[in-house]
Amino acid sequence: MDIKDIIKPENKVYSKTSLMTDNALSYCPGCGHGTAHRIVMEVIEEMGIAHDTIGVAPVGCSVLAYDFMDIDMTQAAHGRAPAVATGIKRLWPDKFVFTYQGDGDLAAIGTAETIHACNRGENIVIIFVNNGIYGMTGGQMAPTTLGGMKSSTSPFGRDIGTMGNPIKMTELVANLPGVYFASRQAVHKPSNVRKAKKAIRQAFENQKEKKGLSIVEIVSNCNSGWKMAPVQSNIWMEENMFPYYPLGDIKVDDVILGK
Amino acid sequence: MGRAKGAIVVDIEKCKGCNICVVNCPTDVIELSKEVNGKGYPYAYMENPENCTGCANCALVCPDGVIEVYRVIV
Ligand SMILES: Cc1ncc(C[n+]2csc(CCOP(=O)(O)OP(=O)(O)O)c2C)c(N)n1
Ligand code: SF4
Ligand code: SF4
Ligand code: SF4
Repeated sequence: MDIKDIIKPENKVYSKTSLMTDNALSYCPGCGHGTAHRIVMEVIEEMGIAHDTIGVAPVGCSVLAYDFMDIDMTQAAHGRAPAVATGIKRLWPDKFVFTYQGDGDLAAIGTAETIHACNRGENIVIIFVNNGIYGMTGGQMAPTTLGGMKSSTSPFGRDIGTMGNPIKMTELVANLPGVYFASRQAVHKPSNVRKAKKAIRQAFENQKEKKGLSIVEIVSNCNSGWKMAPVQSNIWMEENMFPYYPLGDIKVDDVILGK
Repeated sequence: MGRAKGAIVVDIEKCKGCNICVVNCPTDVIELSKEVNGKGYPYAYMENPENCTGCANCALVCPDGVIEVYRVIV
């Protein structure tokens, strides 16, 4: 069969959602941020809530998320997205409100905002992209940086004794009663993309049912910060990040799994 | 049940040559070009188009969302 007989509009089975703009993404080649953006937008498209959703972009590489997500968005000061989302959701309780944050944003400078929004059980969705490093500013150590992992501010590897243990934010906030759903996913392989999308859908469905806060962590790569080629960074992520940040649901329907 | 025949279309100018689609194609359809696009990146193309089943795995993992997938049952 000739290729031109296959490539016809009626045979199209996948193309990026129209809720992603045609702007070229500002991310490094192979960076998981792009895939994470796209599946959030796919969920919003599939739920038919594009005109009723407001996103809050962070400070970090995804600071320009509003240039790529074609819905109403704002951008918060570093770490303050959950506080800004709280205000928006309380003013417009019928809108769907989500934050999109990196680990430097959510787990370092924004720790207070994250924990208190979770503790208050704000009816919002948090998308948390954990790449274990400050990507935008040049690969400095984050609270999530693994033990022994090199960064520009831990050039000999993170020393747990002096620099502390990497923080598991999603497990930490799952213990708060305001958090209804907590899940950790990845987007580097097709099966992971499908599971991550399912978790994000669940998070938005929870918001629709006014269940409280849902957080979906996406363990991702920062190939530039980690100083690796994209495919190599994904293999390193599987071998090093996943054992410490295991994938799967952590809290479902208000119940912490495995407890 | 017929057999699935697929094809992909890559937005060459927006492809960043990251290779992630290449390693996620189960039937080794994709390779990176020797030439580069306007931004200096090699781009993904179907080196073995006859192997494509239109499974869309490549498009799912493409961070830049530049792959369209087509599929027919023959
Ligand atoms: C108040 C304030 N402090 C510090 C910075 C500098 N800064 C910009 S991005 C960033 C960290 C971003 O890392 P992360 O949230 O992990 O996102 P990534 O870039 O890795 O996606 C920092 C510290 C800032 N912009 N504002
Ligand atoms: S610096 Fe890291 S997180 Fe930022 S776009 Fe590049 S790979 Fe992604
Ligand atoms: S659609 Fe499936 S078979 Fe075709 S190139 Fe993409 S991954 Fe390979
Ligand atoms: S995954 Fe996307 S950006 Fe990367 S090489 Fe393939 S088509 Fe290009």
